[in-house]
Amino acid sequence: MENKELLEVENLQTYFTLRKWGFLRVGEVKAVDGVDFELKKGEAVSIVGESGCGKSTLAKTILGLVEPTGGQVNFNGKTLDISDKKHLDWYRSKVGYIQQDPYGALPPFMTVRRILEEPMVINGIKDEKEREKRIHRALEDLKMTPVNEFINKFPHMLSGGQQQRIVIARSKILDPGLIVADEPVSMLDPSVRVEILELLKKLQDDYEMAVVYITHDLSTVRYFSERIFVMYGGKLIEKGPVEKILREAKHPYTKALLEAISDPDPENVKTFKKVPPGEPPSLANPPSGCRFHPRCPDFMEGKCEVEVPPEFILEDDQRVSCWLYEGED
Amino acid sequence: MTRNNEQFRVENLYLSFSTKRGIVQAVENVSFSLPRGKTMVLVGESGCGKTSLGRAILRLLPRNVKEYRGNVFLNGQDLMQLSNEKFRREVRWKKAAMVPQAAMNSLNPVIKVSEQVIEPLLRRETKREKAGAMKRAEEVFKLVGVPLDFLERYPFELSGGMRQRVILAMALITNPDIVVLDEPTSALDLLTQANIMNVLKRIKQEEGYTFILITHDIATSSELADLAGIMYAGQLVEFSEAYDLFREPLHPYSQKLMASVPSLKEEKKLEYLPGQPPSLLEPPRTCRFAERCPERFERCDEEPPMVEVKEGHQVKCWLYK
Ligand SMILES: Nc1ncnc2c1ncn2[C@@H]1O[C@H](COP(=O)(O)OP(=O)(O)OP(=O)(O)O)[C@@H](O)[C@H]1O
Ligand SMILES: Nc1ncnc2c1ncn2[C@@H]1O[C@H](COP(=O)(O)OP(=O)(O)OP(=O)(O)O)[C@@H](O)[C@H]1O
Ligand SMILES: [Mg+2]
Ligand SMILES: [Mg+2]
Repeated sequence: MENKELLEVENLQTYFTLRKWGFLRVGEVKAVDGVDFELKKGEAVSIVGESGCGKSTLAKTILGLVEPTGGQVNFNGKTLDISDKKHLDWYRSKVGYIQQDPYGALPPFMTVRRILEEPMVINGIKDEKEREKRIHRALEDLKMTPVNEFINKFPHMLSGGQQQRIVIARSKILDPGLIVADEPVSMLDPSVRVEILELLKKLQDDYEMAVVYITHDLSTVRYFSERIFVMYGGKLIEKGPVEKILREAKHPYTKALLEAISDPDPENVKTFKKVPPGEPPSLANPPSGCRFHPRCPDFMEGKCEVEVPPEFILEDDQRVSCWLYEGED
Repeated sequence: MTRNNEQFRVENLYLSFSTKRGIVQAVENVSFSLPRGKTMVLVGESGCGKTSLGRAILRLLPRNVKEYRGNVFLNGQDLMQLSNEKFRREVRWKKAAMVPQAAMNSLNPVIKVSEQVIEPLLRRETKREKAGAMKRAEEVFKLVGVPLDFLERYPFELSGGMRQRVILAMALITNPDIVVLDEPTSALDLLTQANIMNVLKRIKQEEGYTFILITHDIATSSELADLAGIMYAGQLVEFSEAYDLFREPLHPYSQKLMASVPSLKEEKKLEYLPGQPPSLLEPPRTCRFAERCPERFERCDEEPPMVEVKEGHQVKCWLYK
């Protein structure tokens, strides 16, 4: 069991079956299609991609909420097996989850105390004093102070940003080794996003928690993680250190994304953006070969639409799935 | 295309709603003016009244309006003096158009795109009128970059980005003097968002349209902004050339807001605003921002006036009085 990787995701695939009249199989949605990565103890990574590319499905599969069609997830050297109830309970206590929609995430008829207490009750922390201590510490960690002002409130009495802090507090109350945060700030106003991200970052540092931060907003990842994985059409198409990717993205899709994002600069009115046309691929009927090929400015006929590009490993462990880099690794 | 040289101007506009819990003051004493062919962006946190201001301009009001007053001048004409009937017949969609928040989902999925797009042009539905409208529809489709054969399709066959362009075409078909765009790209994926901003920028430059762009996305708003207004709790707290507002915001709220916007190019320390905006139910008579303001002093207990710091740059803050 000597293994320094906390999480290993190996060739993970999650397909949803599309049915007609509830039983007739008419096709499948390849929401996650061959994802590989590793995560060390205490490390933060960001998974970036546009709406519908499979980010949430990847999160749910890692969390054991959805059964993979293929591949596996190893945590602390143990392979996740969602049919084994005892193993799954253990796993869920070790892996926290911040789900995408903060407004639906909190039960409306429970107070903050009840919400935070529940996971501890379920996981057999019987000592009431210990539970109270942890609730206080979690609220303090998330700057919900004075604690007594918040502890008896119901979710609807809290602002969106405060609700999201409770969601985060709940996800860490069992001291997990890993938190999967699915768009934890995208529903919030820009002016409070940064604060929440900084709180999450501080938890990661203070408690040596690994975090998978899922977002469509590339401009926030620098403030959060050491590495970025870029997702497109169910696959991770580029991986690497944050600064490296922001400066020298290699995949044409990553480059297009970076070009598409505006900096708050009044000079922008003068120039047009060079953005490829078209729409994200349908995952029920994805393009052959490289899934970006129909929109790619560097499309190479006879190659890109024929064969799925493998991952080429470049300098600084930057990895890119694009035929342009064949032979450069 | 010739366009009247006069400006669009809003003076002392108020809009409030009655609710069970009291009166919600969504737009309070807002004034600004906009030269022909320019785009003003209106930014601010969720719930600060941006959409309400847009609706007040277009007189698209819900039933529970409590107070609606002020002046809205378009080409020198005060629209507020017009009867509802006259406003509907002569102004809305014809001289002033709005692309509402999440509008791309409002197209009727089972009516042909062309039928819906030409709707604002039709009065009597004669054959001749329809033929003319179809010609104009083709023009605006070219303008916003939708293939002409999409006119004969149904909305459910179109992607989100294409539907948003169709909505834009519909707003432009009457060649209006002002177009209010309420979060026109926020529901779209990033590359599509950038493509639509390119389209808006091009038609602004080439056709000289006057836009008011409502958004909470400050970074993206810089793509189109000639002028910028910052809204806070129902009030306009700063208004100036976009260049000044982006480079050197004056109101402490604008400063914090700008400092909270992440940048891809430079590594800057981000700031954020602690606390929350005040409730719009009986908002405080102090400066609305006082409670969260790092620069607060005694005078802030009283509501500040709009101060003209230099020509064309106004800020509602005692620091500049
Ligand atoms: N239970 C399901 N059954 C069938 N298809 C599904 C299911 N859940 C997700 N999908 C499809 O899988 C694809 C990926 O969805 P997913 O929610 O993972 O995307 P996402 O990247 O999280 O998007 P967003 O940024 O909008 O949250 C989409 O095409 C979606 O419609
Ligand atoms: N018909 C209504 N009745 C009562 N209150 C309303 C009504 N419409 C809007 N409001 C309230 O008025 C305030 C301003 O709302 P508005 O929709 O203008 O904000 P916004 O700045 O557009 O926000 P967002 O960025 O979330 O779209 C909010 O507090 C809102 O709840
Ligand atoms: Mg998602
Ligand atoms: Mg709005």
